[in-house]
Amino acid sequence: MRTVLRLTYCLALFWTTNAICQSKMVAIQGDTYIPLYGRDSLQVTISDFDMDIYPVTNKEYLQFVKDHPKWRRSAVLKLFADKNYLSQWGSDTALNNNQSLNAAATNVSWFAAKDYCECQGKRLPTIDEWEYVAMANEKLPDARTLKTYNEYILSWYEKPKTFNNEIGSTFKNYWGVYDLHGLVWEWTLDFNSVLVSGESRKDVDKDSNLFCGSAAIGATDLMNYAAFMRYAIRGSVKARYAMKNLGFRCVKDKKRSTDENL
Amino acid sequence: MKTSNYIAILFVAILALASCKETKSEKDLGTLYQCPMKCEGEKTFDKPGSCSICKMDLQPLSEPTALLADPFEISDTSIFNLTTKWKTEEDQTIELVDLKGKPLVMVMIYTTCKAACPRLVADMRNIAKQIPENKKEDLQYVLISIDPETDTPERLKEFAIENQMDGEQWTFLQGTLSGVREFANVLAVKYKQISPMDFSHSNIISVFNPQGELVHQQEGLGVDNKETVGHILELVK
Repeated sequence: MRTVLRLTYCLALFWTTNAICQSKMVAIQGDTYIPLYGRDSLQVTISDFDMDIYPVTNKEYLQFVKDHPKWRRSAVLKLFADKNYLSQWGSDTALNNNQSLNAAATNVSWFAAKDYCECQGKRLPTIDEWEYVAMANEKLPDARTLKTYNEYILSWYEKPKTFNNEIGSTFKNYWGVYDLHGLVWEWTLDFNSVLVSGESRKDVDKDSNLFCGSAAIGATDLMNYAAFMRYAIRGSVKARYAMKNLGFRCVKDKKRSTDENL
Repeated sequence: MKTSNYIAILFVAILALASCKETKSEKDLGTLYQCPMKCEGEKTFDKPGSCSICKMDLQPLSEPTALLADPFEISDTSIFNLTTKWKTEEDQTIELVDLKGKPLVMVMIYTTCKAACPRLVADMRNIAKQIPENKKEDLQYVLISIDPETDTPERLKEFAIENQMDGEQWTFLQGTLSGVREFANVLAVKYKQISPMDFSHSNIISVFNPQGELVHQQEGLGVDNKETVGHILELVK
């Protein structure tokens, strides 16, 4: 009897640690806020939605690639992913020895990330949704004015190779979401709505020949250097790109699914 | 004590039933096989054998069928790999692959735009003007709306007539929000809605060969289009 009981406890422990594979979500309550780059009215209104607690892991992405052969490294269309796609992996359907199953899946293109979420009945978050959840620290839904909040993010930018760390290794924020800062950058659905050109001098000129209506898109709070970095990255990547420090997570609309949160 | 043990066991048993089934296909699937005629669509098999419909031997999927010389084969980088549905200004539903066969000159616009789009449209017309009369029919100009909620087929038709772009070689497309977002990403076009009537967007004209592969992109407004025209003439030669 005692052996059965011990075995049972072991199994219980095993399942609780294993439960991460479920890619659990938490509810995010919508509100109106002012992002770094907003619309003409500056304020952006977010509807209620659910968000993955953790970024998608190597383990989950491995399963996805097994189930959807078109997203294997050797089969993926060049239109949808550049040569870095899953380049860290050992083979089409196996990780490399130095990669952890519980690390965030990276080297994934936007097309792949988008399809992954759609296959789960979810979608990628919009920039405004992502930034809304990411402005929280452990205690406050909007910690952007706190020195500690900004210092934490900036200190992450200085740490090398955090993409190898396991999910859940950073702080749990106000909403119960982990790893928005401190692990990997993340894809957003409308990342290509950031109209910042690569060169800072161009942005100052608001080059109206390259971007129609570019005068309307100034940043609201240039002191927020950490957020500015995120927008700059989004403005510089293309959807085919796969980068080793760029992962993703999914969200889900509360009621019936709408196409984009516009 | 005994009861609590039983409760523990019961609890874990329930957990076992409710836990995720992700262990099911841990094993490597290995090579996949597919009917060369695709009798059953994209269906794949884990073992070699023959197709139940046409009886041909299944081919391993990992070896890409080297048919690059075939003009009807869609290559890896072709936009015809996109399967999203679009509506034309004539209210017909098409996929991009339906535009296959002619070189394509594409631009993303929206019809309520007051600033850059009229100039972008003018740039398109300027390009069209420089194509010799006898080659005019060999090209297709495609204008894709980034504002699919406003730009219905009727609206696009009106816009086409207003701008004298109602000929056979001009096509206007209305997509879905996600279809447009995806296609913009293929073209590396950036856009953002800044108010209900206004968008910021990059001004890029893209040239594709008849197989849907990107040949050239012209960025900016009113730029010298000599290079773009050169690429187009190369394609219709």
